[in-house]
Amino acid sequence: MAIIEVKNLTKIFNNEIRAVDDIKFEIKKGEIFGFLGPNGAGKTTTINMLCTLINPTGGRATVCRYDIIKQPDEVRKCIGLVFQDTSLDDRLTARENLELHARLYGVPKTERRKRINEVLELVELSDRANSVVRTFSGGMQRRLEIARGLIHYPKVLFLDEPTLGLDPQTRKHVWDYILRLKKEYEITIMMTTHYMEEADELCDRVAIIDHGKIIAMGTPKKLKDRLGGDTIILDIDDKDVQKVKKVFKKAKIFDSQVLLSVKNAGREIKKVLEKTKKNKIEVFEANIRKPTLNDVFLHLTGREIREETVGLREELKRRRMMRGH
Amino acid sequence: MHELEAVYTVWLREMIRYIRAKERIIGSLAMPIFWLLIFGSSIRASVDMQIDYTSFIAPGIIAMALMFNSIFSGITVIWDRELGFMKEMLVAPISRLSIVAGKALGGATTALIQGTFLLLLIFGIKSLSSEYFMAVRMDVLVFLVMIPMMVLIALGLVGIGIAIASSLDTLEGFGLIMNFVIMPMFFLSGALFPINNLPNWIKLVTYLDPLTYGVESLRSILIGFSSINIVLSFSAVLIFSFSTLLVGAYLFNKRS
Repeated sequence: MAIIEVKNLTKIFNNEIRAVDDIKFEIKKGEIFGFLGPNGAGKTTTINMLCTLINPTGGRATVCRYDIIKQPDEVRKCIGLVFQDTSLDDRLTARENLELHARLYGVPKTERRKRINEVLELVELSDRANSVVRTFSGGMQRRLEIARGLIHYPKVLFLDEPTLGLDPQTRKHVWDYILRLKKEYEITIMMTTHYMEEADELCDRVAIIDHGKIIAMGTPKKLKDRLGGDTIILDIDDKDVQKVKKVFKKAKIFDSQVLLSVKNAGREIKKVLEKTKKNKIEVFEANIRKPTLNDVFLHLTGREIREETVGLREELKRRRMMRGH
Repeated sequence: MHELEAVYTVWLREMIRYIRAKERIIGSLAMPIFWLLIFGSSIRASVDMQIDYTSFIAPGIIAMALMFNSIFSGITVIWDRELGFMKEMLVAPISRLSIVAGKALGGATTALIQGTFLLLLIFGIKSLSSEYFMAVRMDVLVFLVMIPMMVLIALGLVGIGIAIASSLDTLEGFGLIMNFVIMPMFFLSGALFPINNLPNWIKLVTYLDPLTYGVESLRSILIGFSSINIVLSFSAVLIFSFSTLLVGAYLFNKRS
């Protein structure tokens, strides 16, 4: 059963910028669905539409079977949100932030305290419950926001770049929480990211979005398999190039580098090395490369996803404009 | 039912923030006290008026405190936007109107706290020294009527603040608002001088200034003297507050 259904969703800003262009997808209950793409691809705009923060220009979508245009209040009640930039009140304590959220979402008074303690424990912030948020580190704030998004027991959790700007260690920490949410709470999670390894690690399925269009969708494994498996890279002596051409007919050779496409590099590298030895090809170094989602993106668009992450400040400014804030 | 809870929640946040911002409380009290005591007694010493000048400006300075507080509270909508908390409220299952109502009531409450403090200060000084605030009527009834009047004026001014905040993009515009809205509104309101004897062209402007009616209402209640009939000024305040709140809510809604 699909908990999120999106049909031909489109958003055009100022009559010219096609931020989201006729996208279509479904998310199943209990899934972690990743929305992947460079900055400005339309990820946040899509989330903002699904969260009823902005109205689509065309198309339709349902979240928890509620129409995002006709039943925004019902949609809001069943979703939790963690924004890209913090939306905590930094003059309030962690507990007060959670308390306000519980009230805004109509969590019954008798339940509030219990749930607040529960989510604080989940993100390991119980001991800082009564500290003012201003004193929290970036990672702690992000964890508190995840906790806050859970207080009203949402069926769907939207995470917009949950680890943007966090150090690798904290990022790993946040990943753990996300996986625990899926396991323990059976929450459906839709997250956006432009970190490929993040999507690879966490998501059951990903959609790759570029210039407002979904250009590929499927499990990370399937998408990577489309590239035809692994690559074995051999560094050889220049004089052996002719021999290599004879032995490995399908190899791509760049100067002294040989690229071999294989199904499973780990298993086949032994065979390859034996072959080179037998034919007296000198190998200085052998490497294995597993395809990443970044390679998928590269393959589909001819660009690296990271190329566009420069100029973050400008990007944030543009996005704020697009959000109308 | 839930919307009432939502209004209360937004109001509650304003209260917690207010209590926590001690500098803001002290800062916004210092200015009116300076005006009351220093400006009030020095002008009295140099200008001859039919009425005791400290008493005359007392309601004007209360109005000033209400104005600074209320407009500032409305402007915090920009802060909320920049700091991100506005999103948290916008995406919650509550109506935009509840957010505006909570903000407005929060601003009005903080303004009322300051106004009441000033009023009690005036009463206190008057009972300590009969030289100051001679014309101020000090009794329970005056106090009880002053409170709803202050709330009403404050609500209208928060409405202005919210309307301004909804039309501004960033806090940089705040200085502009200070110089082109708040200060002229204050100086042209008759808070510091009687409007009867003003040159006609200024008089016209003061009649267009909504704060004039607030000041005159407070003055009628507090010292029983005013240039505008209380019924007229009270009705003007009522209409003013109602319409600015409406405009504020409209612009806020349109913006988000």
